[in-house]
Amino acid sequence: MNAPQPSLNYVALKEVQGVMGDDFPLLVEVFFTDSVKLLTAIQSALDEGNTDSLRWAAHSFKGSAGNMSATALAALCHELEGLASSGTIVGGGHLMTQLVDEYERVKSALEDI
Amino acid sequence: MSHTFAMKNPFVVDELRVADGPSVPITKILIADDNNTDRLLLKAILCQQGHEVFVAKDGHEAIEVFREMQPDLVLLDVLMPNVDGFEAAEKIRQLAGEAFIPIIFLTSLQSTDALVRCLDAGGDDFLPKPYNSVVLKAKLDAFIRMGEMHRTMQRQRDLIAIHNERLLREQEIAKRVFDKVAHSGCLNADNIRYLLSPIAIFNGDVALAGVSPAGNLMVLLGDFTGHGLDAAIGAMPLAQTFYSMLEKGFSLQDILREINEKLYDVLPVDVFCCAIVADIDFSNGVMQIWNGGLPDGVLYRSFDGKSIPLTSQHIPFGIRNTAHFDDSVATFEVQPDDRLFLWSDGIQEATNNQSEMFGEERLLKIFEKNTDPEQLFDEVNEAVAEFISDEAVSDDVSIVEVKIVAPIDFHADRPDFIGSNPAGPRDWSLKYELRPQTLSNFDPLPMLLYVLRQVPYLRNFGGQIFTVLTELYTNALEHGVLQLNSSLKNSTAGFDHYYQLREQRLLHLQDGTIGIQLDYKGTGNGGRLKVTIEDSGEGFDYKNLENGLSGDVPYAGRGINLMRSICHSIEYLGSGNVVCASFVWGDS
Repeated sequence: MNAPQPSLNYVALKEVQGVMGDDFPLLVEVFFTDSVKLLTAIQSALDEGNTDSLRWAAHSFKGSAGNMSATALAALCHELEGLASSGTIVGGGHLMTQLVDEYERVKSALEDI
Repeated sequence: MSHTFAMKNPFVVDELRVADGPSVPITKILIADDNNTDRLLLKAILCQQGHEVFVAKDGHEAIEVFREMQPDLVLLDVLMPNVDGFEAAEKIRQLAGEAFIPIIFLTSLQSTDALVRCLDAGGDDFLPKPYNSVVLKAKLDAFIRMGEMHRTMQRQRDLIAIHNERLLREQEIAKRVFDKVAHSGCLNADNIRYLLSPIAIFNGDVALAGVSPAGNLMVLLGDFTGHGLDAAIGAMPLAQTFYSMLEKGFSLQDILREINEKLYDVLPVDVFCCAIVADIDFSNGVMQIWNGGLPDGVLYRSFDGKSIPLTSQHIPFGIRNTAHFDDSVATFEVQPDDRLFLWSDGIQEATNNQSEMFGEERLLKIFEKNTDPEQLFDEVNEAVAEFISDEAVSDDVSIVEVKIVAPIDFHADRPDFIGSNPAGPRDWSLKYELRPQTLSNFDPLPMLLYVLRQVPYLRNFGGQIFTVLTELYTNALEHGVLQLNSSLKNSTAGFDHYYQLREQRLLHLQDGTIGIQLDYKGTGNGGRLKVTIEDSGEGFDYKNLENGLSGDVPYAGRGINLMRSICHSIEYLGSGNVVCASFVWGDS
């Protein structure tokens, strides 16, 4: 599945910016930190074949991505979570690659704001 | 109770409202979410809406923060490390107890199973991720309003519980105190039967019975408007006035007037007391009745089986001030085995399941059908009990029966004398002269009896001494000063005429005096009281009396014999206008 364009829902993000006000940069920073941790956690879970860990990390990343209006990123997380829920990691590596690529796109888009 | 009255709220509700203070619309909200961005975003939204926000990163921390900060509302993520949302919800529910703490689950889960689990764990609602601040605000506001209502309701519920408990306690106390006051009388005398409903809360009905120093039995059945405290307010002064004045020897009229005045002063405008009062003189076979607002009592005559109605002729106690109070009484001749029945309106108004009232007709039928007067009291009670429907509350059925007996058969407890100073005043005399204006409207006997009662020893003889004093004073007044002829009293017509004359002459009294002298000398174990009464009348030929001849004596034979049986000696002096009676007891 190819990543859709654009990576961010700017209309929704504008609302988030409005809510956060001066704290918006803090939110973005926390998102970056968490994302790195979660991507690492997803990779480890895939390496270990631990579907529980995979499911939890994917779910959590989905939430964060949703908050940042990163629609495509959230969709990829959702797919990974579904995979883990069905008790397998088959196809996880491919999804992981897309996930990393999409995250990079979201990151640079957010950094541009 | 048939009287209408406005129930007053005796409590000031506001005084207890301060407990929680005014509700300040700042809501403390706990957010528990392991996702940092979720938490940040949600906190920002809630702060922007004016709430005070606490955060926790997992279920375990959520429970700790809840314990510490006591938030009003909890937002819980479902999936969290350590302790998850379900478990945290259950624990928080436990900690919250009775308090209304809405728990809202934050979830992106959508399966019905997951949502059901949220509810089972004690959740009140769900909030889907990602957050929509409009939906969020609507939900929170609804729960905050609900919480306020819940707290108000709880506060009011607690208030009502407190008030109710206090009310019941006060009514119980009122009833206990009242029972003590009311039952100090002689309702348990052999010739009295009574039935007052036994419910715990004072129902407004009062029965009092006591014996005067002269040995008269006075019975009062009263029915206050209202129940509980409203009614009990008046019952205390009523009973106290009744017993204390009766004990001091005041006349029925004096007691009626005083009761009315007390109740008029003390009762709220919408509370009053319907009552029937009977003063029975067993020695002379005379009964006086005053009925203010109660249903007709009945005098059942033994010799012809007729029932004479004792109809209310007066306004109840506590409505009119003294100047407008009518203390006139109806007088009846009674003889042993006659029966007096008094009841409150509860009997006539007892209602069956067809909403019919028992009524006076049914009551009088019982008297017509009766064959054994001894059974009348039970027959009335059984008929009423049978009539009343099971569901009806019949708390007002009060009935008193007094059987007229010969004086010798009348036994009633009088208050025992408990003396702290057995000697009292030991050696004294008192002289009291009454002139026309006093004679016409004042009864000096209660005052004299009061003086005599200061000698503890004399209290034991109070009744006998009072009887003699009454007899001698009445003779001095009626035969000496007013010059009435006692032979008039021998016929029923003469009986009435005698009292009419007495009234008239008293009203227009211009001349005449009565002097009363009391002389007391006490020893360690006895004493002597000399009563001398002198009137300004012509006297009579007492020589015949002393010779045992009952010539033209102005005394009813009964009177003099009675006095002879009580006094140590009775002596007539002068032209018969002076009489001197001595009581001697103990080692004197």
